[in-house]
Amino acid sequence: MSANRAIDLKKTAIDWLGITPFLLFAVMFLVAPTLYLVTGAFLNPAGEFTFENIGGLFTDKIVASYWISIKISLASSIGGALIGFWLAWAVVLGGLPSWIRSSLLTFSGVASNFAGVPLAFAFLATLGRTGLVTMILRDWFGINLYATGFNLLSFIGLTITYMYFQIPLMVLIITPALDGLKKEWREAAEILGATNRQYWTKVALPILFPSILGTTLLLFANAFGAIATAYSLTGSTFNIVPIQLYAQIRGDVLHNPNLGYALALGMIVITGISNLIYIWLRMRAERWQK
Amino acid sequence: MKTQKIGAWLAIFFGASYFIIPLIATFEFSLRMRRGEYSFDAYRSVFSDVQFRESFSYSIVMALLTIVFGVLLVVPTAYWVRLRLPQMRPVVEFITLMPLVIPAIVIVFGYLRIYNSSSYIPFTGSARGTDLLLMFSFMTLSLPYMYRSVDTAMRTIDVGTLTEAAQSLGASWPTIMFKCIFPNVMSGVLSGAFITFAIVIGEFTMPSLLNRPAFGPYLQLIGANRAYEPPALAVIAFAITWGCMILLQLVSRFSKSAPAKP
Amino acid sequence: MSFLELSGIQKSFGPVQVVKDFDMTIEKGEFVSFLGPSGCGKTTILRMIAGFETPSAGTVLINGRNQNELKPNQRNIGMVFQAYALFPNMTVHDNVAFGLKIAGMDKSAVDARVKEMLGLIHLDHLADRYPYQMSGGQQQRVALARALAPKPQVLLLDEPLSALDAKIRVSLREEIRQIQQQLGITTVFVTHDQEEALSISDRIVVMNAGRADQIGTPFDIYNKPATRFVASFVGTLNLIEAKVVDPATNRIIIGDQQITLREPLGSNAKAGDKVSLALRPEAGSIAEGAKGDTALTGAVVSSNFLGSVIRTRMKVGDAVISFDMFNAPGLMPPAVSEIATLRFTASDLLIIRE
Repeated sequence: MSANRAIDLKKTAIDWLGITPFLLFAVMFLVAPTLYLVTGAFLNPAGEFTFENIGGLFTDKIVASYWISIKISLASSIGGALIGFWLAWAVVLGGLPSWIRSSLLTFSGVASNFAGVPLAFAFLATLGRTGLVTMILRDWFGINLYATGFNLLSFIGLTITYMYFQIPLMVLIITPALDGLKKEWREAAEILGATNRQYWTKVALPILFPSILGTTLLLFANAFGAIATAYSLTGSTFNIVPIQLYAQIRGDVLHNPNLGYALALGMIVITGISNLIYIWLRMRAERWQK
Repeated sequence: MKTQKIGAWLAIFFGASYFIIPLIATFEFSLRMRRGEYSFDAYRSVFSDVQFRESFSYSIVMALLTIVFGVLLVVPTAYWVRLRLPQMRPVVEFITLMPLVIPAIVIVFGYLRIYNSSSYIPFTGSARGTDLLLMFSFMTLSLPYMYRSVDTAMRTIDVGTLTEAAQSLGASWPTIMFKCIFPNVMSGVLSGAFITFAIVIGEFTMPSLLNRPAFGPYLQLIGANRAYEPPALAVIAFAITWGCMILLQLVSRFSKSAPAKP
Repeated sequence: MSFLELSGIQKSFGPVQVVKDFDMTIEKGEFVSFLGPSGCGKTTILRMIAGFETPSAGTVLINGRNQNELKPNQRNIGMVFQAYALFPNMTVHDNVAFGLKIAGMDKSAVDARVKEMLGLIHLDHLADRYPYQMSGGQQQRVALARALAPKPQVLLLDEPLSALDAKIRVSLREEIRQIQQQLGITTVFVTHDQEEALSISDRIVVMNAGRADQIGTPFDIYNKPATRFVASFVGTLNLIEAKVVDPATNRIIIGDQQITLREPLGSNAKAGDKVSLALRPEAGSIAEGAKGDTALTGAVVSSNFLGSVIRTRMKVGDAVISFDMFNAPGLMPPAVSEIATLRFTASDLLIIRE
């Protein structure tokens, strides 16, 4: 009896030993750094508990940077979601040749990973002051893009650039959801008297809604945390939150490291909440599509 | 029916323009270095740059190390969780998704605070130590992709039965791991590896804040100081990403056609 | 005039002709089953009635009105699908109410009708459940209620039972038949399961390669199969090859045993011609004192206990004939290689003339 228990204990110990390296890695490189910043956000330089840092976020400059970050992330995620959905719809339900579908999915796999610094270069070469599209519009159509108030290094410019990886990400995630729409649902709705429009508004879109909203949130978080593209497009002149934080890390521009922690906490809260809602919505969608 | 098809073609036309025009523009721009005519001067200039070669090879070495250590961490963990600790699955999966939730810049900010030269584990105290920390941070970044692809591959082979079969034939744990499990999840490992490669090569935030001479910060530096080399580099970066994804597709197609499961 | 008329229906998908010149009339309130193997065209005919496919030639008339130009949503037809096809985002109540709301019925009328329909299928208590919270049988009953709620002129059932467990399949098919008779709704049922078709229908259409091989009552289909295909597809059947001995007296020979057929061989038959005969397994018996004017003797090849029946196979000449006996306490199954005599009535032996 006791011998068996000893063997059991030993087995349990070995079981846990098996994932120790992973847990150690997770604690050292994910959990501890995050916790350190989160707790640091509630401490003053003397190590005492305080809400001062959180309060310190509500200065004009920092609020403005959160606001511009949220605006760009919202615009690029909603734009990306709409256009991505349109493209996915076209290849799944549009009756197009199948090679278009496979090319789009392959390309989306590439483009969703084509972010960061090179993407900024590509858009500078396209819509920058001497970019190809800018020049063609000027020379062939007589439209001076920059005279209309357009600027690549602005809200609209950054949104267009971000959408280059947002749209493909949407395509990759939403295509399987569109594939999951059963043909019978359409037929059942139709035979019950529904028009095409009624089928979409009452059946298809409500079924897809969790996937669409969830993916939009994922895109939002994806854009919110991104820095490289914006940084190499605009340098540190464009004050989105990640760039603020980058400058703070490099040179303590806020003159208070604990305020930097609060800045980071704010990012975690925003991306964390949108990701958690995304995961919750995805579980809901999967439950339906069984 | 008819309007639907027109709408679909319109979508594809719009999408294709949006995706392809910037690529054409970038390529066109990269050829403009010589005044009045197209040339590959920008590429020549890039390839002859010592810093390009150094930062590029640095990033490749880092990517390879990240892949090797990432695989060594992820494969046994995914295997062990499936086999012996299924109750830990939600926890492990949550951890692997954390890097998608917490922005990279936040994670590296934390590293700089707890692993600085005056801490208990002074990773950033030396160049080699910082390299090590950078590799770990790349592993963190690629963890969601690596774990997902390996775990998916394991789902299709039924590791439990495979292990019991190997054990009943008298195989030791290292034999089971390297002779039975690894070869069978190779497609997943390779998929994860290519994504990791693509991520590590272009990553800017982490090496920049850790002050290591990687390809990402080099790109940014060139972008701030030169005119024609950046688009050339963008074309090269796009080609690398494209290459990784093509290899990934080939691997997944190959493993699908292989008789992995009847 | 009949309620549902299919005349000269043809359907091709590209070069493949799936339905070849199909004609049929169905009376109001009738329950008709289309029975056949997969790919025989039965589902295609159903989908043409629903309007999901357009006939390449021919017309579908319901109540005297040509349906060819009508879209599915204009036909007022109810349909139940094999995979339930309930809307996953709606509760049971909302699923059943869907067609009524589309028709513009006001809310209190919708609620009353939904309540009535859920009462009909005995699921009143599950009105607030979502489809994923219910068993397959419950989902399919909801699908039935949903199809019937808008009072369709015709009810179409596309293999509604094939995704369900055996036991639920039987109870649900009885429930469907009972509801159909209660409402008196004209119903077309597609299935590949002959037992289902036999048990539930007023008439059966046996389909084979795009054509109707036979249209008749379940009794006729089973007892008087018109073709070899119908005979072999519906029920189990012994097909026995025999030779004509004397056409005038209807004598034929199986192996080395001569017997007399009741059914005339026909004027063209000559001595020595081959003839195919069919015998249902339940038509004969080897029990002591079994009735029958005809007997065949042979060695028992195998004997399998199947619960309610014992299926025995015996060899007569080159033919292996199987027959079923009801199980009874004290009944001894025949031993292998025992010589047994099978007795049956000559009129049960059918001549199969393609």
